[in-house]
Amino acid sequence: MRISTRGVSHAYGSLAVLEDISLDFPSQQISCLIGPSGCGKSTALRIIGGLEQATQGQVLQVGEPPNGCLNPITYIFQDFALLPWRDVWGNVSLVLEDHGLDQAIADRIIQDVLARTNLTDFAHTLPRQLSGGMKQRVAIARALAVNPGVMLMDEPLSALDSQTRELLMDDLVSLWLRQPFTAIYVTHNLSEAVRLGHQIVVLSRHPGRVREIITVEQPLGEREPGDPQLESIARHLWRLLREEAVAADRATIHAA
Amino acid sequence: MPPENVSPEQPSPVRFRGGGFTTSPKLWMSGLVLVGVLLLVEWGTQAGWISALTLPKPSDVALTLLELAESGLLWKHLEVSLVRLCVGAALGIGFGVAVGVLIGLFSMVRAGLLPLVAAIFPIPKIALLPLFVIWFGIDEGSKYALIAFGTFTPMVVATYSAVDNVERNLIRMGQSFGLRWHSIVWKIVVPGAMPGILSGTRIAMAIAIILLVAAEMLGAEYGIGAYVLEAGSLYDLDRLFAGVLILSALGLLTSGLIAKAEQVVLRWR
Repeated sequence: MRISTRGVSHAYGSLAVLEDISLDFPSQQISCLIGPSGCGKSTALRIIGGLEQATQGQVLQVGEPPNGCLNPITYIFQDFALLPWRDVWGNVSLVLEDHGLDQAIADRIIQDVLARTNLTDFAHTLPRQLSGGMKQRVAIARALAVNPGVMLMDEPLSALDSQTRELLMDDLVSLWLRQPFTAIYVTHNLSEAVRLGHQIVVLSRHPGRVREIITVEQPLGEREPGDPQLESIARHLWRLLREEAVAADRATIHAA
Repeated sequence: MPPENVSPEQPSPVRFRGGGFTTSPKLWMSGLVLVGVLLLVEWGTQAGWISALTLPKPSDVALTLLELAESGLLWKHLEVSLVRLCVGAALGIGFGVAVGVLIGLFSMVRAGLLPLVAAIFPIPKIALLPLFVIWFGIDEGSKYALIAFGTFTPMVVATYSAVDNVERNLIRMGQSFGLRWHSIVWKIVVPGAMPGILSGTRIAMAIAIILLVAAEMLGAEYGIGAYVLEAGSLYDLDRLFAGVLILSALGLLTSGLIAKAEQVVLRWR
């Protein structure tokens, strides 16, 4: 299953946020949406996931979701959005409880996703006892539990320190290598985009338009830090973004 | 630091200036003050520089309490009062939480009920006691009603603001996973509002005890309030203070129970 947008534009009142976004997010690939703050990339993700309605254009779901999919379009949030009163197991179980699954099947799914995210030993730990990185692993496990067709990741690593970010990028890569998933990954971090993206979409700001689409040929498993080809892509991205970032930095905050 | 102390050759330690006005528990001090006050009053009443009209002897109050317990009347009073407190508070808190959650969830209910709640919140409920006697009878009905009504409004206000304060990103998460409406309410909104609901309950219980005494001052044979009222009208200070002590113990007991409930329900904090 994949997602396609057709001429999506969005405005808050008279403030145009997105303009004519037509993109294809290919199946079983990670597409990174990158842009300076205020380019509407998070808004785009909310529109794609049906949490917000675009003023114009359409978001299309192409193809059938995978077998046993409980929630075709599934989010991973920047702030994790875990229920603090439920332990790791309970947080994953939450998203299965409304589907009338057999207890044994639900238990097996939870065990499986906790094993895939290396959380088995933390099944009965409360979120407050976990580090930021572990919390985001729980959110990833929760998203995997519903076997989504497309994962929408809204700056999933931005709340983490840089070492933890590296570890989680490794985790995401190995998860993808074991079982390729379709993801739209919003970030403002160039190194995340270059490391995880099969396709990198650069947005300009005010309003957000597609500025360039870059395809990274190198397979995910072979991307090492310091790779000259990736470095040159990162440099190219930074050249594209720099001016906009300067403008974003100097802009006064508009009422959202 | 005076400048003459500063010289490049002589290093001096940096003085600690943090601390941040933090307080630490000093249990022995609480006990000391309580015992000190009691001893002072005992000494004063024995020696005569506190007149018998001002304060009773603490030892006499203790004796009165003991007699009350031995005669079995203490338990009779307590039983009657506790039933009134429990029934009234359960009604008020139960309906208060329900209405508060509805106000928190539905714009229509909020628009309809919020002004009404705001209008009845500041009414001193004690003033309505004669009315309740007509509506619900001089017996238990009016007492339950007074306590229920008095705890209802603060509970509504505490609950709906607690619901308002449940993190929106958690609700959005629930919606993004396609959870059913009642799952979002029962698994996300209500547990998220629990801290606010429990601290509202604490306030409501204090109000309930005050109203219990007020209710028992009208047409009650038994109950701590009736006991205190009778002692007051006879100017029997020993019994008056004994009754007040029981009420204060009742307050401590309920707030202890709520603290216990918070420990269990809010383990996750």
